[in-house]
Order: sequence, then C-alpha cells, then structure tokens
Amino acid sequence: MSAPALAIEHLSVDYATAAGPLHALRDVGIEIGAGEIVGLVGESGCGKSTLIQAVLRLLSPNARITAGRMALAGVDLMGLDPEAMRKLRGDRISVVFQDPMTALNPVLTIGRQMVDIQYRRREPRAAKRRRAVEMLKRVHIPDPESRFDQYPHEFSGGMRQRIAIAMALMAEPALFIADEPTTALDATLEVATIELLKALQREIGCAILFVSHHLGVVAELCDRVNVMYAGEVVESGPVRPVFQRPQHPYTQRLLACDPARVRERTRHLPTIPGDLPDLVSLPPGCVFADRCPQVFEPCRRAPPPAVKTAELEALRCYLAKPSP
Amino acid sequence: MLGTVLVVLVVLGAVFAGLLAPDPIAMAPIDRFLTPSMDHLLGTDNLGRDLFARVLFGGRIALVVSLGSTAASLLLGVAAGLVAGYGPRWLDNLLLLIFDALKSFPTVMLALALVTLLGPSEWAVVLVVIIANAPSYARMARTQTMSLRHAQFVEAERSLGAGAGRIIASHILPNIVGPILIVASMDIPVVIAIEAGMSFLGLGVRPPTPSWGTILESGFEYIQDSAWAVIAGGLPIIITTLGFTFLGEALRDTFDPKLVTGPR
Amino acid sequence: MLTYAAKRSGLALAVVMVVMALLFAMIYLIPGDPARVALGPRASQALIDELRSRMGLDKPVWIQILDFYRSVLTGNLGNDVLSGESVLRIITGQMPYTLELIFGSMVWSILVGIPLGCLSAMRRGSLVDRVTAVLSVSVIAVPAFVIAVYLLLIFAIALQWFPAIGAGDDPLDQAYHLVLPSVALGLGWVGYIARMLRASILEVQGENHVRTARAFGLAEGKIVFDYVLRIAILPTLTVLGIGIGQLLSSAVFAEIVFARPGIGKLVYDAIITRNYPIVTGTVLVTTVFFVLVNLVADLMIAWLDPRVRRGLNR
Repeated sequence: MSAPALAIEHLSVDYATAAGPLHALRDVGIEIGAGEIVGLVGESGCGKSTLIQAVLRLLSPNARITAGRMALAGVDLMGLDPEAMRKLRGDRISVVFQDPMTALNPVLTIGRQMVDIQYRRREPRAAKRRRAVEMLKRVHIPDPESRFDQYPHEFSGGMRQRIAIAMALMAEPALFIADEPTTALDATLEVATIELLKALQREIGCAILFVSHHLGVVAELCDRVNVMYAGEVVESGPVRPVFQRPQHPYTQRLLACDPARVRERTRHLPTIPGDLPDLVSLPPGCVFADRCPQVFEPCRRAPPPAVKTAELEALRCYLAKPSP
Repeated sequence: MLGTVLVVLVVLGAVFAGLLAPDPIAMAPIDRFLTPSMDHLLGTDNLGRDLFARVLFGGRIALVVSLGSTAASLLLGVAAGLVAGYGPRWLDNLLLLIFDALKSFPTVMLALALVTLLGPSEWAVVLVVIIANAPSYARMARTQTMSLRHAQFVEAERSLGAGAGRIIASHILPNIVGPILIVASMDIPVVIAIEAGMSFLGLGVRPPTPSWGTILESGFEYIQDSAWAVIAGGLPIIITTLGFTFLGEALRDTFDPKLVTGPR
Repeated sequence: MLTYAAKRSGLALAVVMVVMALLFAMIYLIPGDPARVALGPRASQALIDELRSRMGLDKPVWIQILDFYRSVLTGNLGNDVLSGESVLRIITGQMPYTLELIFGSMVWSILVGIPLGCLSAMRRGSLVDRVTAVLSVSVIAVPAFVIAVYLLLIFAIALQWFPAIGAGDDPLDQAYHLVLPSVALGLGWVGYIARMLRASILEVQGENHVRTARAFGLAEGKIVFDYVLRIAILPTLTVLGIGIGQLLSSAVFAEIVFARPGIGKLVYDAIITRNYPIVTGTVLVTTVFFVLVNLVADLMIAWLDPRVRRGLNR
C-alpha cells in the first residue's frame, strides 16, 4: 500500500499577538490516502486557511508550529529545509485559491506564467509550451493555441479558475489542495468546475483536499470529510455517515443551518447562537461548550479527546460511544 | 503636530511683524552686512536693512499670496471641472484638452512667459499659480461630477424637476469639495515655493517690498560678502514649507491615506 | 499595443497644437509694438509700418495664426533680435547643458531611490525605513532652488570642495561641476521615489498572485522581479514622466545659482533684454519636450502593464 498522500498528526499552530499566543490550530489530525478526495468543512475562522498555509509551510512570520508532524507522500515536511520545501510546492503539492480574479499575475501572459512554473524541468521551451497548451485543452479553454499569449484580464472569472486548476494539475501532484475553488463562482459555473475536477482527478489519480463551506458540493465530490471548529477537527469520517448521521452537535447544527436544506419558507434562517471563542484565552473544556445545545457536566472540565467510533474515524465529544 | 506649531509660528510672525521688528525698508548703507546682534536679530543685508524685519514682513507676502492664489485656483478649477463634468461631451473634450495643455507647461517657463506679457508683480505669481494648479483641481472635480451625475439620487432629483444649477449646488458640490480641499492644502507648500522662486528670479514681488525670494536673491548676489542674508532668506522658506507639509500630511492621513505627493 | 500607441500619440499631438495656440495668443497680446521695439525710439512711422508689414503684423489675426503654425512646423522659430541667428539653432545649442543636468539628477535619484525604496519595503520599521521616511517627507517639501543656494554656500563657498560656477571642460571636469547642482535637484526625488516604491511594493506583496506564485514554489528572486517589482514600479514610472517637467523648472534655478550655461540662463537673459523670440521659442521647445517625455513614459507603462491598453482611462 502506498504512503498516504497527506498524513497530519497532532498539529498545533500558534500566532504571536499583542495579547498573547493565539492558538489557531490544536491537535489537528488529517489523513488523505493516495488518490482519495477528502473534504474540509467549517465556517470562517475555523482554521482552514492556517491549516493550508501550514501544510505548504507558508505561514506568516508571526505563526509557529508548536507541535505535530506532517508527511506528504511519505516525506516528512517538518524536516525539510526551505529550499527543499520550495521544490515540492507546485510539483508534488499544489493549490488553487479562492479568488480567480486576482490569483494570476496581471502583467504576464498566462502562457508565460504556465511556462514559468515548469522551471524544474530541463526541457526546451517549446516542450513546456506544448504541455501547457495540452493542459489548457484538458480544462476546456477554447482555442488554447492562440489564447496562450493572452493576459488574465482577457478571460472571464470561470476561465481564470480553470486556468488556475490547469496550472495546479500540470505537474500531476500527489496532493492537490482546492481552497474554496467555487465560492466566487455562480451556481452553473460551480457545477461545471466540480465536474471538471472529478474528471481530472480520475485521469491523474491525485489526492484532493477539498476545502469548502458548500456542504452539498462536498457531499457529492468527497469520499471522506473533516469538520473543523475553532481550530480543532471535531468530526471526521466517510462522507455519508457524517452528513446523514452527524454525531457532533456542531456538525448537526451546521447541517441544519445549511440554506440548501431549508425546506419551508421562513423569515428567519436557522443559525447557531453565540460567537466563536477567544482563541487567545480558551475556555478550559470543550471549545464548543458555550454554544452546544447538548452540553453537560464533563464538557466544561477538559477538552474531549478524539475518539474512534463505529462509523467515524474521529469524534471530539463526550457524547461519543467509542467503538470496541 | 510639529507642522501646526511651525505654521502657527509663521502666521504669528507675519501678523505681528509690525510690533516685533523695525522698518524692513529703512536703508542704512553704513550698516551693511552686519552679523546678528541684539539690534538686528538676523543681521543686515547689502543695503543695511534689518533682515529679521524683512523676513517677518516677507511672511505676510508669502501667506497672503499663497492663500489667495490657492483660493482663486480652487474656485476657478472646481468651476471649470463642474462645467466639464456636467456639460455636453464636446465641451468636456475641449476643456480636457485645454487642461492637459496648460499642465504641459513647466512652471518656470510659464512664469517667464507670463512675466514677459505682464511684467513682474504679485499678480503674475497669482496667475502662474492658478494656471499651474487649477487644471488638477478641475480634473478632480470633473471626475467626481461625472460619477455623481448619474447617481440614483441625482436622477431622482432630476425627475422631480430640479434644474442643473440646483443639482450641482446642493448635491454634487458638497460631495466633491472634501478631497479637493485636502489636495489643495497639500499644494500650499508648492505655492509658497512658486512665489519665493519667482521673486528670487525677479519675476514676482518688486523691490523694495520684502519677499523671502528677494531676500534670498540679494543674499545670493552678495554671497561672498555675507552669508546671513542667504540664511535669513532660505530659513523661513524651509520652515514654512516643512510646516505646511507636515500639516498637510497629517490632514491627509486623517482623511485619505492613499495620496502621495512629490517634490517641487 | 499599437492602437493604444496611435491613440496616445494623437492625443499628444493635439495637446501640442493647443500649446502652440496658447503661445500665439500670448505673443499676440504682448503690449507694445514689436516693430517699434526692434527699430528703436527714433524710427519714423513709415519705417515702422514697413517693418510691420514685413513681419506680417498687419494681416488679420487668423492669417497670423496660420503663418505661426506654418513657421513653427517647418522649424522656423524666428530670429534672435540681437544677433539675427535662428532661434531654433540657439536653443538647440544650449539644450544639451540643461539636458545633462536634468538627466544627471534623475539618474542619480533613481539609482539611490529605487534600492532605498526596496530596502524600506523589505525591512519595514527598521532604522533605514524610518529615517528614509522622515527625510523624504522633509526634503520633498523644500524647494530645490533653496537647497541649491545652501549647497552653494556650504560646499562651494565655505568649504570650497566643489566649483561654484560653470559647466566644466572635459567630461571629468563636467561631472565635477555637475555634482552640486544635480544633488540639489535630485535630493527631493530620491525620497519621493523611495516612498512611492515602498508603498507599491507593500501593496503588491500582499496580493493574491504573489501568494499563488509562492504556492507554486517559484524562486524568491523570480517572484521579486516578475511578480512584485514589475507591478510595483508602475506608479513610480508615472511619476518620473511628470518629474522630468518639474526638473526642467528646477534646472532653470540651478543654472542661475551655479552660473551654468543652458536653457535657463538663455531665457532669463532674454527676458531682461526683451529678446521675445527667444522667450517664446524656448517656452515652445521645452513644453513640446515635456509632452514628448510624458508620451514616452505612458507608452512604456502601457507596454509593461497590459491592463492600461484596454482604454485611455481619463
């Protein structure tokens, strides 16, 4: 069995702030097998961006990895020096970010940018150009030969996103991270982009970490899903059990609040009452305790450990019934 | 903070010049090129005139001419911009071309050309300032006017029968005045520099009226004899331009941090 | 790119036409009778009238305008009242000194300003950054001619390290003579360029395409040049175009303060001697020069930033 595309264990990241260290990620564990599509869901502020930056080793200067291990296809990421890490980026691990309108350099042609990222290969320029044009065809950019020399502002948002996907998948990475790739696109474009991702993944066989808060899309695309809240993975498992029989109170509320699920006309869309906790001075117990409708006595004493249950890989809740 | 202090100092000096210093025009050829003393705080110039007095009275010229011409260029510039922005397309294009042409003249060349026409005087300075600065204000006013012209609330007023004049006066004008005023206040050091520069070249204020530019110029002429006139002429210019610059920067930082201005 | 270049050049041409019209208006309005001035106070009326008709002053205005345009466009800017030489020839003879001063100042301020700006951006908050910030704001404020006079006072007269007069003979001597004037003119620009570049670099660095470039593992050097600087330099380029015009004005002062030959001295003397053809000729030449420089700067920016080519954003 080949090494998992991504194996994160007990990852903790702090940001240094004027008020003290902000614990952005705490004891996060995620595993993505080779060729698997795994989702990461959670509201803004749950730590998704920090996690992605940590995996890429592109955290801001005031952030520190205080604990944990990360391995990409068997290679220990923490042990790499910056140069070696840089070689991995764009080659064995690649990313597509949320905003297609600004992700590309506006003063260089897309062709030039697609050739630039192939700098690792010792090939003549013509070969790189051909590979890039091929890739543009695979993402259904019409007339790629001539559009190769056009600038980003000459493409629509949807096309720019496809170009970004083409760039990310051109090197056939082991892991492809999609950070809210469809959030900025309208519904029809979203469907088309997801279909494209599915097709490309089948052809290339890369693993995908799909970060999104569009629960429906995650349900359709992913094999497994991780639910994050305030810096922790609170529930993690195959997509069907998590979305159909959620165990963690947060996941239950999240699914109930998904506007796509609201069946009847109502003046008030359901929300989760309360606010995110202060990540500098965390409450002593479970991080969701203050907003949890099922909170009971042990919840406020100590944070619940991640437990394996019959259907789930990990569940951080005192209500969990651990598998034997 | 520092800016306000400097500016206040200069203004006070100018306003109370009569009380603080002796006659700036009184000549005493025996007392040429005296070094500073209790009688003459900054020494005397080549004609024995008290430099301290000349500096303070020069401040009056600097302030009056600068503020006056800035006000004039604001009025004319904004008016022209409103017309360009609100009027017919052909007028807009014509005015824009004229603005661009006026801005193409290097300031000194403009000054020289106008003085050829009018002879040297404070009014030449005012005219130069207007021609140099009004086009920028006009452009700002024009851009703002054009974007507001089609705003929803303006359309609403128009449908209620409001005429162009009323719309401009009560809706467009109040909205464009703010940013333009900030830019204008940041231009004051430039205007002071124009006045001093033109007087230095003999194109502005005529002797024996003291202006910092003329003080500097006569100091420059006799630079081998005494450094004090040069120091006396240049120092107030430096203090005033620095003061207004810091003040302008503070104003801008409070209201619109994105603007950055350049050297003269 | 070509359509943009054509449109922009057309605009520049239109501006030049308007400038010439404005100059003509100015000439037309000069008080006094040029013929009388040329011939002196004792000339008879008949002589004056003949000169007037030879100078074309008795023709209707609109013919005078056309004549004016025609002569300018054929390179005839009139003749020097005193020596009879072609004004154009005189001006082009003096231009090189002024150009030397302008470009000398611009070059040294770019050579110092750009690295300073980069350094300030990369080491935000450091001593270099803060000192540059304070100094640049201060020096920008003070007019160049004041700086010039003080530099003259301190370095040429008091300390006698540099010459106070003239432009020098051989190239090395010329460079020696250029030091003080170009420092005086360029000092303000160093700070301005540094500040502008710092602001743009910081703005671009935070942008998404830089983040994406990093995520693709591009080398830091390549990111700095193609993804950060190439975009950050654009506002600075815009400024340089206008800067040349400003420098022209300051150069006039520098030429007078340091007694250097050049356009400034030429036109200054011309006013005193009422040598109007030189004055109007110089104003015309320098203004056209300014328009051309701006045109070149705009075209360079359009070449570097394809987004500009989309429309002439006015």
